[in-house]
Amino acid sequence: MIEVQNIKKSFEEDGHRREVLHGISATFYDGKTNLIIGQSGSGKTVLVKNIVGLFKPDEGHVLYDGRDITVMDTRQLKELRKEIGMLFQGSALFDSETVLGNVMFPLMMFSGMSDEEQRERAQFCIDRVNLTGSEAKYPSELSGGMQKRAAIARAIALNPKYLFCDEPNSGLDPKTSIVIDELLSDITHEYGITTIINTHDMNSVMGIGENIVFVNKGHLGWVGTKDEIYDVDNDDLNNFVYATDLFRDVRKYRLVHGYNPGK
Amino acid sequence: MLITKSLDSFGRYCRFLWQCAAVPEKWREFFKRYTDEIYKLGIDSIPLILIVSLFIGSLCTILIKLNINNPLLPRYAVGLSTREIILLEFSSSILCLILSGKIGSNIASEIGTMRVTEQIDALDIMGINSASFLALPKILGLITIMPFIVIICMATSLFGGYLICVLTGIVTVDTYIYGIQTAFIEWYVWFALIKSLVFAFLIASIASYYGYTVQGGSVEVGKASTDSVVMSNIMILVWDVILTKLLLM
Repeated sequence: MIEVQNIKKSFEEDGHRREVLHGISATFYDGKTNLIIGQSGSGKTVLVKNIVGLFKPDEGHVLYDGRDITVMDTRQLKELRKEIGMLFQGSALFDSETVLGNVMFPLMMFSGMSDEEQRERAQFCIDRVNLTGSEAKYPSELSGGMQKRAAIARAIALNPKYLFCDEPNSGLDPKTSIVIDELLSDITHEYGITTIINTHDMNSVMGIGENIVFVNKGHLGWVGTKDEIYDVDNDDLNNFVYATDLFRDVRKYRLVHGYNPGK
Repeated sequence: MLITKSLDSFGRYCRFLWQCAAVPEKWREFFKRYTDEIYKLGIDSIPLILIVSLFIGSLCTILIKLNINNPLLPRYAVGLSTREIILLEFSSSILCLILSGKIGSNIASEIGTMRVTEQIDALDIMGINSASFLALPKILGLITIMPFIVIICMATSLFGGYLICVLTGIVTVDTYIYGIQTAFIEWYVWFALIKSLVFAFLIASIASYYGYTVQGGSVEVGKASTDSVVMSNIMILVWDVILTKLLLM
């Protein structure tokens, strides 16, 4: 479980400090797909970067099963990071390595396994994300969806306790997005990982949102589940959820027929 | 304002170097990357070095011959002057200025692209010291291979002068060879090798720093690549003066 307590973060801009996060608190649970949602520029990515320790918050604490990342020294942070997997928006696969090389990389650096064991584990992860047969391909030879799957395989190679995904569906078609969402959801439940997904894709929210944290202009806007999100009396959240005609139609349909697409 | 900015950049550069100075996480991986960099930065540059050195050696010989018309000067002065120019300046300083364009831009754009595509963030998230992981093999690799490059450059340049003597007969081959052997000071070779080590460090570390600190997209990567070459060139010239004063005077 990851607990975020009153996180504040500001940046220097043209000689002035601009506050991006205004004291956000939230809890992200084990074995659940936790989603951070919000409009572009709302502070989602800054929040995730504070949680994983790429940014240091101005105030507040981030507790990984009770361990506060904001007060850790370099050695402790390094140890904790071995328990973290991350899927980046652009996949961030190493261009010079094949799919197998990318997945084996964290194993080679940290596992202490023999070459053969590393290869077996990497192959298992590649098979798990349905990329069998693409082991020898380089990232430039893969489609966007395949790159995301390879990045997921790399992220889970060391059996992480915490998995972070930054916009996992960006640049993907709706069908491939569903495949990625389902894969993330399956992996989360299968291994009991604390998964935090940063997204503004409403299809993901409705598909896999078990614990949703809505960030609005750097403030905590709402917390709930995909089943609750349609009936919230929150203008900012409703503006976000019903931004498209499709979801406005869903809302009208629901009011008439009581249909809930999240179920 | 400019002074403050320069000091700020220098401080960041020093911090980057301090980060790079960490002990590698995995020696096996480090040596793999180190040998790859020696090959990529050094061995791959040899064709360019051979071509440039051959022509510069030939040009030096021709130009010195054209400018030494005084009958009081011996004919072997052509070979002697060519050798001194090549040993003292061309094989280390000018060669490194040329290489900073090829190697420096290569390093800066490679690391810069890794930065903007979040590959460096991925390394950081894994708990890897990304600065040391990426830059240290490049810095040490270039420092290792540079003296060999300088020796190849010296030999090829002198051979270029020899070749022009054979092909054009501006000076007899025997006179040229006599000239390059006359009043030979071994320290000049060591001087060139010492300078090349410093320049190799400057090229690789400055390019790595510019690449590592890129923010933005492809335009910024291109700018960082250019800036790294400009800064490397300036630093090579500054240190050329300092080292010449320290080691030769």
